[in-house]
Amino acid sequence: MMFAPAPFLLKDASVSQVMIQVCIALIPGIAAYAWLIGPAVLVQIVIATLAALLAEAVMLKIRGKPLALFLSDGSAIVTAWLIALTFPPLAPWWLVALGAVFAIVVAKHLYGGLGQNPFNPAMVAFAMCIVSFPALMSQWPNIGLQQTLAEQIHIILGLSPRVDALSSATPLDALKTALRLGDANLDIAQLLANQDIFGNFAGRGWEWVAAGYLIGGLWLWQRRIITWHLPLSFIGGLILIAGALWLYNPAQFASPLFHLFSGGAMLGAFFIATDPVSGCTTPRGKLIFGFGAGLLAYIIRVFGAFPDGVAFAILLMNLCAPVIDLLNQPRIFGMKDKA
Amino acid sequence: MLMNLFKFKGGVKPPTNKTQSTTLPIAVAPIPARLVVPLHQNIGGTPRPVVQVGDKVLKGQLIGEADGWISAAVHAPTSGTVVEVAMHVRPHPSGLDSLCVVIEPDGKDEWITRTPIDHRAVPPADVFHHLQQCGIVGLGGAGFPAHGKLTPSKGVPMDELIINGAECEPFITCDDLLMRERAGEVVRGIAVFRDLLQPKKVLIGIEDNKPEAIAAMRAAVDAQNEPFSVVAVPTLYPAGGAKQLIRVLTGKEVPGSMRSTADMGVQVFNVGTAYSAWRAIGHGEPLVSRIVTLTGNVHQPRNYDVLIGTPMDELLKLAQPHPDTDGILMGGPMMGFLVPDPHAPVIKTTNCLIAHDDRLFPPKAPEMPCIRCGACATVCPHELQPFELYWYARAKNFGKTQEYHIFDCIECGCCSFVCPSRIPLVQYFRFAKSEIWAREREKNAADGAKARFEFKQMREEREKAEKAEKLARAAAAQAAKKAAEAAAAATTEGSAPASAATDADTPPVAVDAEKVAKKATIEAAMARAKAQREAAQPKNTDNLTPEQQRTAAEIEERRIAANLISPEPGSEKAP
Repeated sequence: MMFAPAPFLLKDASVSQVMIQVCIALIPGIAAYAWLIGPAVLVQIVIATLAALLAEAVMLKIRGKPLALFLSDGSAIVTAWLIALTFPPLAPWWLVALGAVFAIVVAKHLYGGLGQNPFNPAMVAFAMCIVSFPALMSQWPNIGLQQTLAEQIHIILGLSPRVDALSSATPLDALKTALRLGDANLDIAQLLANQDIFGNFAGRGWEWVAAGYLIGGLWLWQRRIITWHLPLSFIGGLILIAGALWLYNPAQFASPLFHLFSGGAMLGAFFIATDPVSGCTTPRGKLIFGFGAGLLAYIIRVFGAFPDGVAFAILLMNLCAPVIDLLNQPRIFGMKDKA
Repeated sequence: MLMNLFKFKGGVKPPTNKTQSTTLPIAVAPIPARLVVPLHQNIGGTPRPVVQVGDKVLKGQLIGEADGWISAAVHAPTSGTVVEVAMHVRPHPSGLDSLCVVIEPDGKDEWITRTPIDHRAVPPADVFHHLQQCGIVGLGGAGFPAHGKLTPSKGVPMDELIINGAECEPFITCDDLLMRERAGEVVRGIAVFRDLLQPKKVLIGIEDNKPEAIAAMRAAVDAQNEPFSVVAVPTLYPAGGAKQLIRVLTGKEVPGSMRSTADMGVQVFNVGTAYSAWRAIGHGEPLVSRIVTLTGNVHQPRNYDVLIGTPMDELLKLAQPHPDTDGILMGGPMMGFLVPDPHAPVIKTTNCLIAHDDRLFPPKAPEMPCIRCGACATVCPHELQPFELYWYARAKNFGKTQEYHIFDCIECGCCSFVCPSRIPLVQYFRFAKSEIWAREREKNAADGAKARFEFKQMREEREKAEKAEKLARAAAAQAAKKAAEAAAAATTEGSAPASAATDADTPPVAVDAEKVAKKATIEAAMARAKAQREAAQPKNTDNLTPEQQRTAAEIEERRIAANLISPEPGSEKAP
């Protein structure tokens, strides 16, 4: 008989179960995205997934790890989906594939593979691509995509020319650009009245995508895949700074609600900041991490050069995560009385 | 009875699997053909065998004498003949052998004379001695000798006596059945503990998945008119851990570093311990049997009253294990272990035997890397960070594991239970702990060696100093002797005395620098020399020619005239 250590009873849990649940939680957001913005995102998801799995397989082979075991853990799929969701929906296929491959090869396997990466791979890919291909990474579609699915696929695959209509900005960018022009007469209220770009409380269409992420995120919390600390503190940090500036000058700064439902805020709060490998793990550490990420995301998206700040905010906090955790170790059982 | 319960963080809810073995009452297991009774069954000193091969023993007769305070006696579980006192496999994960007394039962099951004691009438020390002599140990866990826990901590009043009937491990039902069927005697045992410890409150904690046991205990407490509270605690593994149960019932958190919970004014005993303590006090019966749950992959799970020393494989046959059984688990599935040899005997701490097979306990999936999901930290009842501990244990960074409080880990297995990466976390922690212990032993050995070496050096130096002192003393004596001789010679030779006198003076000068004691020795030596000289003097002058005598007299006169010496011969005077 083989030697086996206690416990002999194990809960039915696995890494793939965790990852699959994260993917399921992304579905409401993806559905809203595909419905309101365009089905191109589904094509991007397929491209990113294939590229990520291929890169994963090659790296596992090179590193001499069991292929089936690690390919089925689902971690590469989560990374791929996050890339597909953060890249522009009509980005050329090679850009998405490049991002996925970079995330898996450099950000994940060169650091030691599953569980070892100090930075969120999807965010590393996003940062690399936005720095290297700023133009392509800024081509966000104007409201809903006007093209048919076939046309969208053609654009993604580079079979059709990239038309000007693509290169409109995100709602966040539109707001920032308008404010940058220094048009003193123009204020937020007027801008938001532009129903082409803006919807009920944030970007038209996009606000519902963000709401989809929120629903999925709450489900993850309910399933105990994530705890409340990170999303709440991320949202808290974002609302705090957005609210303060909005109260200070509502004509110049958009409302916290707008910021919450714009760009990658919801995705970041529930799906990216909560990445346990690269983020904080102690309860207080999570609160600090989330709050810092929310604050930085706002600062970068409003005052920085990039269309959104979530990726950089999370990468910056990833840098600090080990120290934050180190300094915020929770008290253990029986040591609560000692201050 | 309503009382405010507290919560401990973490915990898991594995399927309890308890109902299978509670359908039938406790049965008495038959006496096996051979009983193998290990002498070392629990924490503490190994009892010394007091029987020899061929001895006839009666049931309850002492076969192993307690060795030290933290040790408990071992007894013959039935009457019969000692056929062997030898090394046999013991029920321990190591699979190592230990000294066992093997008894061939005669089938009569004949008791020794049992002498109950009245614990209220005799001093507590006698009660402790009786319990130790009866081999009463904690039946819930490591088998800590019960008498060792019955003295209140100095300076800390005993607030609560907690009786642990939680039985949180899945599959195990021996305490449940004991409480259902023998609640009266359990309560009497609790009363003994109460009388010895004098706590302010007595709380009996039972998980709320055992309503029959709770009802039986309540009825027994009422029947005996005792002010004990029987408290239903929420079913949550590991609520039966001593520190968890203390937390739930009293709100007190006993730190991992605290050896004895008595220092927090609380003491915990298992219900089984209370029962066997009462059998010892009220009936004079030593601990020779216990209730064991037989369950798992068997046809008829049930609890049996089993003689200590019954081979496990033989015992398990009573429950009719299915043919695909591939091992025996001792203890529960969370903290138990696969016995390395199924012939190993039942000991005092064997609460449950589970027939193991792959259907009940599927083989573990391959271990994956840790994804730091933190599931382990949320279920850890001691609020540790198991994934950090794992990280450092794996890297053999044992200093860090101690910083992350590895010794607060109670190895309950909650972390391993929930880990999605299927990492055997507890195994890593045991490894780290044993490595740290090994290193500490090495360090202690090295420290010991260093101390011994330093002592040796010190001793050598001391011996050298003593030798030098001895030599100096000898030299001084020699010089004194020389001086004496010279002084003696001075009576005969004219030119010698001056120099001899000076020579004789040198030792006292040197001695001045030395210790007073030494001076005394030298003075004594000088006195001796003087006596010798006086004795020798007549001899020196005895055989002198008249001419010589005359010369001597002349010299003497001259010397007296020169004021070199006093008129009395032999007396010395500092120049």
